[in-house]
Amino acid sequence: MSSKKNFSLIIKDLIFTGLIATVLLIPIVGFRTEISTVDSTGLTFNYNFIIAFFVVAFVVGVRFLFHIYWFSKIQKKPQENSEKNKKKFLKKLNFYLGAAAAVIAFTLPFMPFANRYIVDVATLVLTYVMLGWGLNIVVGLAGLLDLGYVAFFAVGAYSYALLATTFDLSFWICLPLAGILAAFTGILLGFPVLRLRGDYLAIVTLGFGEIIRLILLNWYEFTGGPDGISRIPRPSFFGFPFARKSEDTTFHELFGLEYSTMHRIIFLYYLILILALITNFFTMKIRNLPVGRAWEALREDETACRAIGINPTNTKLTAFAIGAMFGGFAGSFFATRQGFVSPESFTFIESAIILAIVVLGGMGSQIGVVIASILLIGSTELFRELEQFRMLAFGLAMIIIMIVKPRGLLANREPSILLNKKNE
Amino acid sequence: MSNILEINHLTMKFGGLIAIDDVSFSVKKNSITSLIGPNGAGKTTVFNCITGFYKPTVGEILLNSKKQFNLERMNDFTIPQKAKVARTFQNIRLFPQMTVLENLIVAQHNKLMKASMYTLKGLVNAKSFLNAENEAKELAKYWLDKIKLTDRADIEAGNLPYGQQRKVEICRSMCTDPILLCLDEPAAGLNATESLELNSLLEFIKNEHKISILLIEHDMSVVMGISDKVVVLDYGKKIAEGMPSEVKGNPEVIKAYLGEE
Amino acid sequence: MEYFLQQLINSLTLGSIYGLIAIGYTMVYGIIGMINFAHGDVFMIGSFVSLIAMVLLGVGTGAFLPLALLIVLLAAILVTSVYGWTLERVAYRPLRGSFRLAALITALGASIFLQNFVQVSQGAKIKPIQPIIQGGFTFFENGSMVVSFSYLQIFIIIITVILLSIFSYIISKTPLGRSQRACEQDLTMSKLLGINVDRTISITFIIGASLASVAGMMFVLYYGVIDFFIGFLTGIKAFTAAVLGGIGSIPGAVIGGLLIGLIETFWSAYFTIEYKDVAVFGILVIVLIFRPYGILGKPEVEKV
Repeated sequence: MSSKKNFSLIIKDLIFTGLIATVLLIPIVGFRTEISTVDSTGLTFNYNFIIAFFVVAFVVGVRFLFHIYWFSKIQKKPQENSEKNKKKFLKKLNFYLGAAAAVIAFTLPFMPFANRYIVDVATLVLTYVMLGWGLNIVVGLAGLLDLGYVAFFAVGAYSYALLATTFDLSFWICLPLAGILAAFTGILLGFPVLRLRGDYLAIVTLGFGEIIRLILLNWYEFTGGPDGISRIPRPSFFGFPFARKSEDTTFHELFGLEYSTMHRIIFLYYLILILALITNFFTMKIRNLPVGRAWEALREDETACRAIGINPTNTKLTAFAIGAMFGGFAGSFFATRQGFVSPESFTFIESAIILAIVVLGGMGSQIGVVIASILLIGSTELFRELEQFRMLAFGLAMIIIMIVKPRGLLANREPSILLNKKNE
Repeated sequence: MSNILEINHLTMKFGGLIAIDDVSFSVKKNSITSLIGPNGAGKTTVFNCITGFYKPTVGEILLNSKKQFNLERMNDFTIPQKAKVARTFQNIRLFPQMTVLENLIVAQHNKLMKASMYTLKGLVNAKSFLNAENEAKELAKYWLDKIKLTDRADIEAGNLPYGQQRKVEICRSMCTDPILLCLDEPAAGLNATESLELNSLLEFIKNEHKISILLIEHDMSVVMGISDKVVVLDYGKKIAEGMPSEVKGNPEVIKAYLGEE
Repeated sequence: MEYFLQQLINSLTLGSIYGLIAIGYTMVYGIIGMINFAHGDVFMIGSFVSLIAMVLLGVGTGAFLPLALLIVLLAAILVTSVYGWTLERVAYRPLRGSFRLAALITALGASIFLQNFVQVSQGAKIKPIQPIIQGGFTFFENGSMVVSFSYLQIFIIIITVILLSIFSYIISKTPLGRSQRACEQDLTMSKLLGINVDRTISITFIIGASLASVAGMMFVLYYGVIDFFIGFLTGIKAFTAAVLGGIGSIPGAVIGGLLIGLIETFWSAYFTIEYKDVAVFGILVIVLIFRPYGILGKPEVEKV
């Protein structure tokens, strides 16, 4: 009896869903406006009703599956102890994934299939991993939603570019300087705004990000405006350049190898791998220190923190500055790898991508960031033609993950200190 | 100097509303003072002024320890840090995703920050920092033993039952090493046994640790059982002050609680 | 002086558009306390639906211009408000009561989704349209300096005034408005008193989206060119307007909109056009730091 009633309810709901989807999709998808080829001033339509119809059908289908899932979930009884088992499982999963990722990461350039393209993509993925780990300190640990993280990436990249081109300093001097400058920018921007509530903070950081980009774009004398800065010196292997011929001893001469352009590519790959791993180990270490615990406490309840004597502004500022510093390191790596920086690499959408990596992977989960980077960056690099669908999927994934698993895919918080070791 | 806390002519206005109107009272060293009164009498506002969450419109709040502090001029987070006043909240505010132990360790933040030389020593695992961390752990364990929660130290604080969360919150305040403890309705939502346990915990804190306690409470079994002094507020004004037995018979107090007639 | 007057008229027009969008931000914030990050993109959808309706009806070529524009307006309102409703239903409602940042992250996701949905289905190229409402009054002429008030600007300002009147009538006089205001004060209590909170929130999103869609149509008419990305910058400016006026305050949103229009127009006219967006972002940052409750909002007393 009730199942019959349920059935008719589901049918009604599906019809309703179909109607809504039709209203949403037919105008935007069905009528594609194109600049008219006849007189090149007006607009004409390309009718895409069939596609629109399929999308509507798809939406209704998803809704139907959702109903089935819901129905089966009601039938099942909740399992005892499942929470604890899930935690154990996640812990194991995190461990094995991490180990596997580390092995693959270190051996990748010497795999038989590793050509220049694959190492390049892997380098790009690792850059995002590092940025994700850096932002994870700010968002995942301290709970500060920073929508302008790319600004620190930009500060690092431009600092490196300017220092290296004007003062002719080497990579190993510019890198820490760029990080310090980015951290300093973080403190400068963070100090006035970090007492703001979460969502206001998000908007202000977005504003800062855009301000920095617009300054880079328009301050022609200093930053080269939209043309950016080019001819940034490439890194050398601790003073031994990667070149066919040089006044100094070159890298291949040092090791008695045949000259190959792959050397620099592989060197850059290991460079970012090590930078990223430093970020990771630093984060894991600092999480177990008083300051890291204070970050997490702030994320949980700021009022309670003040009641136990934690200075919220200073504590947030350290998280912000350290996150910014790693962003700056990644930025200087980016600059030296590209040999060229321009404002268009530092748009808001980059901040959104980095945030998406952190959120999807699981806020606070280090291996989650790696997997999310591979999925989001790696897959789109490999499927270039689907580029425009990438961000569409991004947005959708952010919504779905937040609804289904608000703490992220692989989120599993390990206590930073244990009293009863035997308890596991 | 036998008073640890002196509140003089405290007044707090929110726009046109006078939440506290010229309230003065004091808390004796090593005593339990209760602040009671009907809902909306301004008790929590008094607490918020003492702990720096609100800046009073008029009045001074003096804390006498080795030196004297003007609490009304201090920041909310410097009060527990420097003046050593700790508080709990009416609606429990633990860090729910962190374990019970972590909650108690975070409360020792300032001490541990110094020991870790603002993280530098911590990063290199310096011996002095590890020792300090162990001491912090021992202190946490001491309090957990006291409330019989040692075996639940490593589970998330948010997963504890309500009554245990209340106790953990009190222990968290104790881990900040206070000289004055302000408890906002610690017995709210506790059953009779838990209330009794709370009483003995508070007595223990007062007697063994020589800590003064100021508490807001509705549960008269707690108030009358352990208070050395009771202060009654109604509509932001102080209407009575004295020993529990004196206050109990005060006609003003009866009127405030039961209404006119 | 002539230049100044002309800029004043221009800024009033721009301010109307910002004000209409800002109301959507402020209403949603008032009722559920979240920043609807995707609202700028709802506005963008509104502009696209208007554009499509205009091309479909051949507006500008045929007679009955007022009637055609009315149909475009209604179509834009209808479709866009369904977008607003769906957005709330799918992306925000399941997260009501979850931790604060969750809703902001879905809002960001929704914003990215809507932008790319339009990019995929309509293409990334800009969409130009022929001017539809032309001509205007010239009330001042002094050599080369002309102060004119175009019919289009008059149209935009009149529509804004009419919409705001209807809107404030709804909010202050109807049962719908009463329950809306009640929910703004206290969501839980409203629920206990038998107000259908879900419905009220849905209607808030519908109203916000409708106003944004009208702004979208005006944007198409005024600038004559749109693309899938207009919602980002316009949305942030409108949000700045809402914050400047005092978020949660509806008159504040309108005042904020006009002020932002004023600032943007005069900054471009008298200073540098390159830094006009920096000016708006700068105002956003400064207002949030020094007066986060804006011009008409009240400071929040923290409940401990």
